[in-house]
Amino acid sequence: MGKIGMFNTVRAVFKRELLSYFNAPVAYVFIVIFLLLNGFFTFFISHFFDLGQADLRSFFQWHPWIYLFLVPAVAMRLWAEERRLGTLELILTLPVTVTQAILGKFLAAWVFIGVALLLTFPMVLTVFYLGQPDLGPIAMGYLGSFLMAGAFLSVGAMTSALTRSQVVSFILSVVICLFLVLAGFPPVTSVLSGWAPVWFVDLVSATSFLTHFLSMQRGVLDLRDLLYYFSVITFMLCVNGVVLQSRRTS
Amino acid sequence: MIEAKHLSKQFGSKMAVDDIAFTVAKGEILGFLGPNGAGKSTTMRMLTGYLPPSQGTAVIGGCDLLDDPIGARRKIGYLPENAPVYPDMNVFDFLNFVAEIRGFTAAERKRRVPQTIEKCFLSKVTRQTVSTLSKGFKQRVCFAQSILHDPEYLILDEPTDGLDPNQKHEVRLMIREMSTQKAIILSTHILEEVESVCTRAIIIDDGRIVADDSPENLKASSPDHGAISLTVKYEDPGAPLASIQASEGVKSAVFLKSENGHLFFRAFPERGDRPIADKIVARLSQQHYPITSLFVEKGRLDEVFRRITGHCRPPNAPPDATR
Ligand SMILES: Nc1ncnc2c1ncn2[C@@H]1O[C@H](COP(=O)(O)OP(=O)(O)OP(=O)(O)O)[C@@H](O)[C@H]1O
Ligand SMILES: [Mg+2]
Repeated sequence: MGKIGMFNTVRAVFKRELLSYFNAPVAYVFIVIFLLLNGFFTFFISHFFDLGQADLRSFFQWHPWIYLFLVPAVAMRLWAEERRLGTLELILTLPVTVTQAILGKFLAAWVFIGVALLLTFPMVLTVFYLGQPDLGPIAMGYLGSFLMAGAFLSVGAMTSALTRSQVVSFILSVVICLFLVLAGFPPVTSVLSGWAPVWFVDLVSATSFLTHFLSMQRGVLDLRDLLYYFSVITFMLCVNGVVLQSRRTS
Repeated sequence: MIEAKHLSKQFGSKMAVDDIAFTVAKGEILGFLGPNGAGKSTTMRMLTGYLPPSQGTAVIGGCDLLDDPIGARRKIGYLPENAPVYPDMNVFDFLNFVAEIRGFTAAERKRRVPQTIEKCFLSKVTRQTVSTLSKGFKQRVCFAQSILHDPEYLILDEPTDGLDPNQKHEVRLMIREMSTQKAIILSTHILEEVESVCTRAIIIDDGRIVADDSPENLKASSPDHGAISLTVKYEDPGAPLASIQASEGVKSAVFLKSENGHLFFRAFPERGDRPIADKIVARLSQQHYPITSLFVEKGRLDEVFRRITGHCRPPNAPPDATR
């Protein structure tokens, strides 16, 4: 099978998976909750209008915390559900490599989250209404948010492969993601810097989703941030593959 | 050809499959028999590449499972145990998805999917969501999935489980029809299925092959093989029994039961290749015991099964009288 064949298989898995998201009412519930939470935090907690700023920083700043709970909820069914239904045996005995199956499923979930993110476009319209915003940081904010969602998702996909219970997968993934967020959370890093050497604090915060997300919001596309997110995703999906290979039954 | 080469699978300290080796050629239908937990499904999961073997390998049509798993899977159609199907899809979309994964172009899918739907009697439920299907229909959808690409090798784990008698019959017919160009392995707990479709049967017990032969030969090893069952219209069993026992070539005979004035006997020959029916008939009619029915036992697969898998009466005890 050539590249085309490989691509077609990923596409078939991707298509099935994406359709199954939009066929389920849970998907719409998820999108509505995502939008509501965004609105709530931006307008009621950050007092977006009172700030009188024509930028979206007070909107993006909440994304890590919203993703922390919502993305594991999207990811938890990815493999746990297949395991529970027995369809894992079906899909893994079709001529599909584990890599293709993982990619297809991951991309579908990512696109689904991307759709939810795109539906926040009224926020952009609002800032245009309020003033003359700088488009660069907004575009970067969206890109950063999308990449960060992918990193969250890859963690969730991995924990979903570990178990047949969606609840266990959800909790595991929230815990891991919480660590990855908190490692760069200013209150935590400031406690750390009280006693740890600077290089250590930098190292810890460099592993955090938050650090790279904040730096992208400044509106500059830093290759290191891109590299960071793609390494996290690649690493987690590789672990996902290893887990799937070694835990085929049960 | 499917070649299982010393397949073993260990779960923790338990050997679920222990050094199983066999080959199945095209034209053959191999039946896997064995008690619950014997290792049938585990063997099939290894053959289809779902479970990596702890030891050994299998070669499917020249593709070694360890070297070319995808190549091997392309040639196989597999119906897993309990027929897993995505519950949120409808029948057509599901089969279309499998066809897409199997690499068929849109044009080919348009032809092949409806064809398969027709073949598996799914026309009525084409657009129905799988989760709302009855068990038997779900089983048929998964079966359809396994034959969609007209594979050279078919591996079916309990293919008729949950089907009604008509559908069981249809599926067996289909399997037999397909067998001319395919090598087929199926597992089942229905022994009559083995007799009616399989050209060969392997009995697995505790992860090991304990018998590998044609159903006829297996039946011939039954203690009842060649025995004569007969009914006599008479009141007292003693005299006819003595007369049967005294017939030439009869090793032993037992009285089984009495029903509506008919006495049921079974006589066992001294040697399997010496017919004794004529001798018994001659003797009984000479003494005016009216014979109302008589037939030669072919042996029963379930008896052989029980004897081989070691959960039955000792081989020399009289046959149970409840038949
Ligand atoms: N994932 C697993 N982990 C641990 N043990 C397993 C696993 N899968 C199967 N086994 C064990 O392996 C043995 C064989 O199981 P298998 O499913 O192959 O039996 P089977 O012959 O198909 O039985 P049945 O007739 O009930 O379908 C059983 O003892 C089972 O408990
Ligand atoms: Mg089984």
